[in-house]
Amino acid sequence: MRDQQRDYVLRSVEERGVRLVRLWFTDVLGTLKSLAISPAELENALVDGMTFDGSSIDGYSRVQESDVLAIPDPDTFELLPWGDPKAPEARIFCDIHNLDGSPFEGDPRQILRRHVQEAHRAGLTFYIAPDVEFFYFKPLQQGQVPVPIDQGGYFDLTTNDVTGELRKRTIRTLEAMGIPVEYSFHEDAPGQQEIDLRHTDALTMADSMMTFRLAVREVASHDDVHATFMPKPLEGVQGSGMHVHLSLFQGDDNAFFDSDDPYNLSPVAKSFMAGLLRHAAEITAVTNQTVNSYKRLVPGFEAPVHISWARNNRSGLIRVPIPKRGNPLATRIEYRSADPACNPYLAFSLMLAAGMRGVNEGYELPEEADANLFEIGDDVLDKLGIQRLPQSLADALGVMERSTLVQEALGEHIFEWFLRNKRSEWRAYKTQVTPFERDRYLTSL
Amino acid sequence: MLVVVPDPASPELARTLDLAGYSWKAVASAEAGSECEPEGGWSGALVDATEHPNDAWSFLRSIRQRGDRSIPVMLLIGGGQLSELDHRDDLFDDFCLSPFHPAELEARLRHLLATDIEVQQAELVEYGDLTLNLETYQATIAGHPLDMTYMEYELLKFLAQNPGKVFTREILLSRVWGYEYYGGARTVDVHVRRLRAKLGEKHAALIHTVRSVGYRFGQSRWET
Repeated sequence: MRDQQRDYVLRSVEERGVRLVRLWFTDVLGTLKSLAISPAELENALVDGMTFDGSSIDGYSRVQESDVLAIPDPDTFELLPWGDPKAPEARIFCDIHNLDGSPFEGDPRQILRRHVQEAHRAGLTFYIAPDVEFFYFKPLQQGQVPVPIDQGGYFDLTTNDVTGELRKRTIRTLEAMGIPVEYSFHEDAPGQQEIDLRHTDALTMADSMMTFRLAVREVASHDDVHATFMPKPLEGVQGSGMHVHLSLFQGDDNAFFDSDDPYNLSPVAKSFMAGLLRHAAEITAVTNQTVNSYKRLVPGFEAPVHISWARNNRSGLIRVPIPKRGNPLATRIEYRSADPACNPYLAFSLMLAAGMRGVNEGYELPEEADANLFEIGDDVLDKLGIQRLPQSLADALGVMERSTLVQEALGEHIFEWFLRNKRSEWRAYKTQVTPFERDRYLTSL
Repeated sequence: MLVVVPDPASPELARTLDLAGYSWKAVASAEAGSECEPEGGWSGALVDATEHPNDAWSFLRSIRQRGDRSIPVMLLIGGGQLSELDHRDDLFDDFCLSPFHPAELEARLRHLLATDIEVQQAELVEYGDLTLNLETYQATIAGHPLDMTYMEYELLKFLAQNPGKVFTREILLSRVWGYEYYGGARTVDVHVRRLRAKLGEKHAALIHTVRSVGYRFGQSRWET
């Protein structure tokens, strides 16, 4: 099969006159990296991989050996729909290996592949469908607050429909790259958009998310618009989240569905949710990896603050959407805290690991919290045993550091590097003296 | 598209062909057959010689006389008629005793048609506006190239080589991907969704969802 796939890639490059092949991979922070090669080198790359110096890639650096091997995954070969049609370019995702051929422990894609394969050995397939929010801004001015391209609100069909046009072209681009879109609409804040992707298996979805972020920016920049996945770019309005819809399938059957349960949730679904809830604080540094992420996770902006679940309450961390027409295949859970600036490979790995820990150890699902948690006092929440998500990157890193689950799931290399990198981000942030402080204290103190 | 003689076909035969997902058209004579022959010709002929053997043989002779040997022929014949086969080897490719066992007939048909595809059409698979060049792995729809991943291409190829036939997700997964694929059975739905988007609005319906069964490529049966 691998041979045929290679043959397919080589033949397509030849037939379509592809001029440049971009080998894509992802660093530990979730930034897309690209190594461009000419078609003449492709055959060699497909068979033997391409060696490169990993030491300047975030999270790839090691003490002894800095060279790593990028081996293209021929199943991900795809022509890029932007750029010059007369000199087409193609992309292909790579797995990063050590020179001895073993999977490189700093490669997020290999980490997710390991988790997906473990689930597969247990007969389970992990499906993911993210709802991704982001902002469109006018060209940025150095030092100025960014200006949204429209003043629209939730579901608005803006009259000056630059936004609608942009979204439409983005969706066409995504579809052309095999990333099916389920819905798209104007979100609550000015310039804010939401695009909901249709489910695929977790590894394909992580690849799709990398492509998605690039495609959204590419299409926008063509119109001189700046698209951003920054979690909270503007004060006083909603931030951008990535609500992740999760389900587990056993063959053709949804392992989360049980027709006899009043919630239609199977024991597997319940213990998976319990696992996510119990380990939520530990995985938050990865699902919400920037200083800015925690400015979204505050009360009053439809982002979760508390570790709870409910069927139809968007203030909780996990929501159980009611499937259309009671379709068993559509039974799923929605994990609402993550933001689109995360590394999708690592975030999905940890969601799967936390959920599966709950399944394997038979965790008990706590009571549903169906009240609006934003309106309940802290003392009552304490009594109910409902805890808060970490309040800052520093908090989140503190919890992560003590988590054996995260350590095992990410592997020592990434775990250690991530903590070190993010601690230094926090330190850099903490040394800032902000306008907030000067406004508040300069005259009064 | 299979051509079936006589018209109407026996209910058992019609049922077997429908369940196997073949598109077919019953005709009474060779003339009727050539009148409604689809573009690109019949993919095969199924001739039931149990009731009117003479009509059956005459039909077969006339299609063979056109010099067109590419139409594979399956013959249905009663146990007492075996001697009629003597010296007529050039008129049919395989036969099945009638009353037939539906599974046997289906298996024989499948083998007959599959062998034919390999022998006769190794290079190009065409269906309506869709063309797949199996040698170069390139596909076009109404003349425009389709950009696909390898698995999208393989799925489309498999479907286009078996038009009219209904496949379950399980069958597609095992034939196109192999069971070891980590994506699971829903992978098929995901790929169909992608293929439809790439085929474009006008051609998306080439891949038809058969509710609670699976998928079918192209038309299910003859439409007049």
